[in-house]
Amino acid sequence: MKSKCLWVLYKKEMADHLKSRRFFIILMLVVITGFSAIYAAAYGISSAVEQENNSFVFLRLFTTSGSSIPSFVAFISFLGPLVGLSLGFDSINGEVNRGSLSRLLAQPIPRDTVINGKFLAGVSVITLMMLSMGLAIGGLGIIMIGIPPTSDEILRILAFLIFSIFYISLWLAISQLFSLLLRQTATSALACIAVWLFLSVFIGLLSGVIADVLYPADKVETVEAVLRNSKTELMINRISPSTVYNEAVITMLNPGVRTLGFITQDQLVGAIPGTLPFFQSLLLTWPHLVSLIAATMICFAVSYVYFMKQEVRM
Amino acid sequence: MDDKRVVIKTQGLTKKYKDLIAVNNLDLEIYEGEIFGLLGPNGAGKTTTILMLLGLTEPTGGFAQINGLDTIKETIRVKETVGYLPDHVGFYDDMTGRENLRFIGRLNGLEKNIEDRIDNLLERVKLTNVGDKKVGTYSRGMKQRLGIADTLMKDPKVIILDEPTLGLDPEGINDMLGLIVELARKDKRTVLISSHLLHQVQKICDRVGIFVGGELLAIGPIDTLGEKVFKDHDLTLELSVSPVDDKLISLIRSINDDVKIRTDESKIFVDSKEDIRKELTKVLCDNDYKLLFLKQSGRDLDDIYSQYFCAKEGVKK
Ligand SMILES: Nc1ncnc2c1ncn2[C@@H]1O[C@H](COP(=O)(O)OP(=O)(O)OP(=O)(O)O)[C@@H](O)[C@H]1O
Ligand SMILES: [Mg+2]
Repeated sequence: MKSKCLWVLYKKEMADHLKSRRFFIILMLVVITGFSAIYAAAYGISSAVEQENNSFVFLRLFTTSGSSIPSFVAFISFLGPLVGLSLGFDSINGEVNRGSLSRLLAQPIPRDTVINGKFLAGVSVITLMMLSMGLAIGGLGIIMIGIPPTSDEILRILAFLIFSIFYISLWLAISQLFSLLLRQTATSALACIAVWLFLSVFIGLLSGVIADVLYPADKVETVEAVLRNSKTELMINRISPSTVYNEAVITMLNPGVRTLGFITQDQLVGAIPGTLPFFQSLLLTWPHLVSLIAATMICFAVSYVYFMKQEVRM
Repeated sequence: MDDKRVVIKTQGLTKKYKDLIAVNNLDLEIYEGEIFGLLGPNGAGKTTTILMLLGLTEPTGGFAQINGLDTIKETIRVKETVGYLPDHVGFYDDMTGRENLRFIGRLNGLEKNIEDRIDNLLERVKLTNVGDKKVGTYSRGMKQRLGIADTLMKDPKVIILDEPTLGLDPEGINDMLGLIVELARKDKRTVLISSHLLHQVQKICDRVGIFVGGELLAIGPIDTLGEKVFKDHDLTLELSVSPVDDKLISLIRSINDDVKIRTDESKIFVDSKEDIRKELTKVLCDNDYKLLFLKQSGRDLDDIYSQYFCAKEGVKK
């Protein structure tokens, strides 16, 4: 009974998303910027391929920035949140404002089904979007570069897509939480955008300042001081899901990345330059995936606690 | 008739919002198959009571049961048999009336004969011809009627309607009340209506509760309510007699010494503890006075209305 209700709600939400003009606009934004990034990258790469014999060319489609356009990964890391937020910022308070929430909750369904159904529908839309973009890029890449991806590359691209889905879903969970806590849809939209700007732009500026205050590194330039300063900065940056996501997908899409964080010259001595196999990269980024999921769960836990006992007047 | 089954029962039901007591220690029993009117002015706590009956908000104290099931602990089972029409009911505007009903039907586990039921209900609330139009294009009255169809989708044994006549014109109100009577009489459902329209709604109720400021002042069939509410108040007799002279006044006093008499140009007002109509008409007749108008007030519906419903409204204005 419960799973059937979930299915009914899920289908309705899916239809709503896919029919909505808002989703169409955001999708267009992502698709257009994404493909221009891919195109610019492919253009740069295809001229380079002839000169150097380089492995993992296909992956570079995603990470190379063209002459004037940032890379595809950078775009997803910046615009992905907007997709998630736009799918969820009015999911509950929109129902309240329409007066349909009390009608919905007067039906014999557990309250959490409502949140779950909406979230799952959002995640499905995100998955659909990422997978179809992945496929399209694959096709485009083969045409433009003329080299098909190796199986290792395909695995890495899949991992990248999955990371992106989790990343965007986290933002969906954040926006759904706001849609519960704030009565007005306009307010929750604004709150979402504020959090997004803070976590993807301002935290980068702030972290440097805070690190400099805590561990001033400009006067006594010992290795230790500099290291501590940079580590603090990185830790603060890692509060932002964007940083976590960026680190993870760069590791995934660039097999040359062998450690995250900082290494001193001493540690590097004796290291043989080379590439990591897929599973080693996955191992390296595992904590990132877990922390993205954990953050999503926290948003959900708060939503549950708040929603289960909330008075529903409208 | 004495062994009527209790369907809705509350005991000591209380809801506090910070320092405001919205519902105070409410004991209520509503019997199977009756139409019960929870009547009170704005802010009386009607909606709050109904929310607690549906488990949409938790009581601060006491409990509510529907068919013996606790409305908070077994809220899902309660909702299987209770249809609820919220005040300001809202639909998904970009779906048609039919789609809205279908969605609610599916949530209630309906599968097979769902389309038949939708057709039936649309016909019953006279929306058949607009069933395939988007709800966004409906008028207020149409939405309200769709709301009734919506509560009936699960074929509930108990129906709770919060201000079902809200925003309807007089004809719409009558149609709506007719529909509600039909739900109780023909389909044998138990109906609880809340409303601030005392006069319109009491007509169809078997029993009403007068609910003011979170307290249930009186409960029972409407014609006995005035007596209950105002048993300590004076009765006022309003009469117009020809001719008016001093003898008339003393005649009235001769019936009962305890009365207060006021006069204005055309009318005489007599305040008394008891009903003196019988004696009065006899005395007037015997003394060749012509009685032109006689109206007793003080313990009827109008007085309940003016005392509790208008006073509140007046304060707000
Ligand atoms: N969430 C809330 N917080 C604080 N007070 C509230 C809250 N909800 C309702 N109240 C107060 O509780 C009282 C009862 O409200 P309720 O909505 O039950 O009245 P009502 O009888 O339904 O009135 P109306 O006829 O206007 O619908 C009101 O005084 C209202 O101000
Ligand atoms: Mg109300």
